[in-house]
Amino acid sequence: MHAHPSYFRVFLTFARNSLVRDMTFRGNFLIDTFSSMSWVFMNLGFYVLIFHYTPMIGAGSGWGKYQFFLFLATTLLVNSLVQMFFMINVDEFSELIRTGSLDFALLKPIDTQFVISLQRIQWSSLGNFALGLTLIGYSLFQVGALPGPTQVVLYPLYVACGVAILYSLMIGLAATSVWLVRNQSLFDFWFYITNFSRYPMEIYRGTFGTPLRWFFSFIIPVLVVVNVPARLLARPLYPESAADWGLPVFTLFATLASLLVSRWVFNRALLSYRSASS
Amino acid sequence: MHALAATWWTVLRISLEERLVYRGDFALSTLMRFLPIVTQIFLWAAVFSATTKTEIAGYRYEEFVAYYLLTMITRAFSSMPGLASGIARDIRDGTVKKYLIQPIDMLGFLLAYRIAHKLVYYVVALGPFALVFFLCRGFFDGWPAPHMMAAYVASLVMAFLLGFFLEATIGMIGFWFLEVSSLLFVYMLFNFFFSGHMFPIDMLPGIWGELVRMLPLQYLAYFPSAVFLGKVTGVELARGLLVQLGWVVFFIVTSRLAFHFGVRRYSGYGG
Repeated sequence: MHAHPSYFRVFLTFARNSLVRDMTFRGNFLIDTFSSMSWVFMNLGFYVLIFHYTPMIGAGSGWGKYQFFLFLATTLLVNSLVQMFFMINVDEFSELIRTGSLDFALLKPIDTQFVISLQRIQWSSLGNFALGLTLIGYSLFQVGALPGPTQVVLYPLYVACGVAILYSLMIGLAATSVWLVRNQSLFDFWFYITNFSRYPMEIYRGTFGTPLRWFFSFIIPVLVVVNVPARLLARPLYPESAADWGLPVFTLFATLASLLVSRWVFNRALLSYRSASS
Repeated sequence: MHALAATWWTVLRISLEERLVYRGDFALSTLMRFLPIVTQIFLWAAVFSATTKTEIAGYRYEEFVAYYLLTMITRAFSSMPGLASGIARDIRDGTVKKYLIQPIDMLGFLLAYRIAHKLVYYVVALGPFALVFFLCRGFFDGWPAPHMMAAYVASLVMAFLLGFFLEATIGMIGFWFLEVSSLLFVYMLFNFFFSGHMFPIDMLPGIWGELVRMLPLQYLAYFPSAVFLGKVTGVELARGLLVQLGWVVFFIVTSRLAFHFGVRRYSGYGG
């Protein structure tokens, strides 16, 4: 009898249960996989179309066609990981609060945030993840650059940071449904906020763009989610200026801060939770 | 005739009241729907900054932004959230039988309900829309000529009707296949990319452009916006409006037929 549950083994059980569940409805699983992949292909088509008319997104920004594809692939990796591990769970979290079923999670002898966040793994997102990796391979081949050892080590680290930042934002927003109960627009809000992260930060400039870039880098750090790892691959880290080093270092700090703040919000929310129904 | 008008009026009133319950939430979410346009404005500025061209597919930078803003208006007319999935759900769980035993026509009821919802939407959304368009007035060259404005309004009304009957028809497929959610997903995907919601379809080169122009989807987003911007004029405009009308009639007939043959197959599950 262990005093503490083995988080890793519980996670493996979650993963196995979800896989069994997904494989029970195999047709549905395939449809899910292919429909989210077709969405990606359409999106890719849109950018192929844009590069039909322009050589670069942002004059002198360095985001040419294949560099930008590396950016897209990074977006795809980060988003597919968020979808795979957290999306359904966090979505269900606000429902648990509304119906009062959160009681069952609170009673379990394990960290509540852990159970809430990882209960179901959406295996069908693996398709998009694989697509992201393929796109990276293809684009690197087209660019003609092989990633060096620093990139091989740092890229996965920063992708993980991106996933952690998005997760924090999501769980933090969902936790507020303890106070608001009806939170449909909040989820839309999450979608609209992360929409800003899908483009290279160089495009936000000018009178409105610069404050916007600043806000979404340093206050709600969604811009560093994709930009930092994508830059690492597409424009290898030449220490050209202080800013080139500053942002990756800041990202580590932002990741830690996001996780801590969302943990705090989550715990506060639990304190305010009053079960619903009987 | 009088009874029919009274029925419509009642449905309309109920739906109006239902919709006004969450007006605060509603106005806020309308305003938020413009957020993706902010990123589009920056994206297109970046695209234009890297090329020496002043026009892409016949659109200047300002026109691209104006196009996206106008598409928001068109979508406010043509998008029918929950219509097809609602019909399919009613078929699956048996609710559809209330239309079979009550002296009320399902399509008529849904249309009145939808008109009421749209009317409330326009009243509540007018504020946010006016604000955004006022802030973005620099992207527009001014109002179109009166006859173009008339054509624009006509295309918007038809966009509403086309959206309604097209989605209703898709929902009725539920009579034959109980689960239509994956079909709906495919429809949404195509709608998003080929209606002109994502980009003006003039950008599509060669055969792609020709194929997309043959679909009715362009009348749900692209066509009205292009009319407002003066991209479609003269004979082309008249032909466009006629084709749009043709599609509306086609889907009115198809949805009627689908309902007629659908209820013969229908076996009323659920309590």
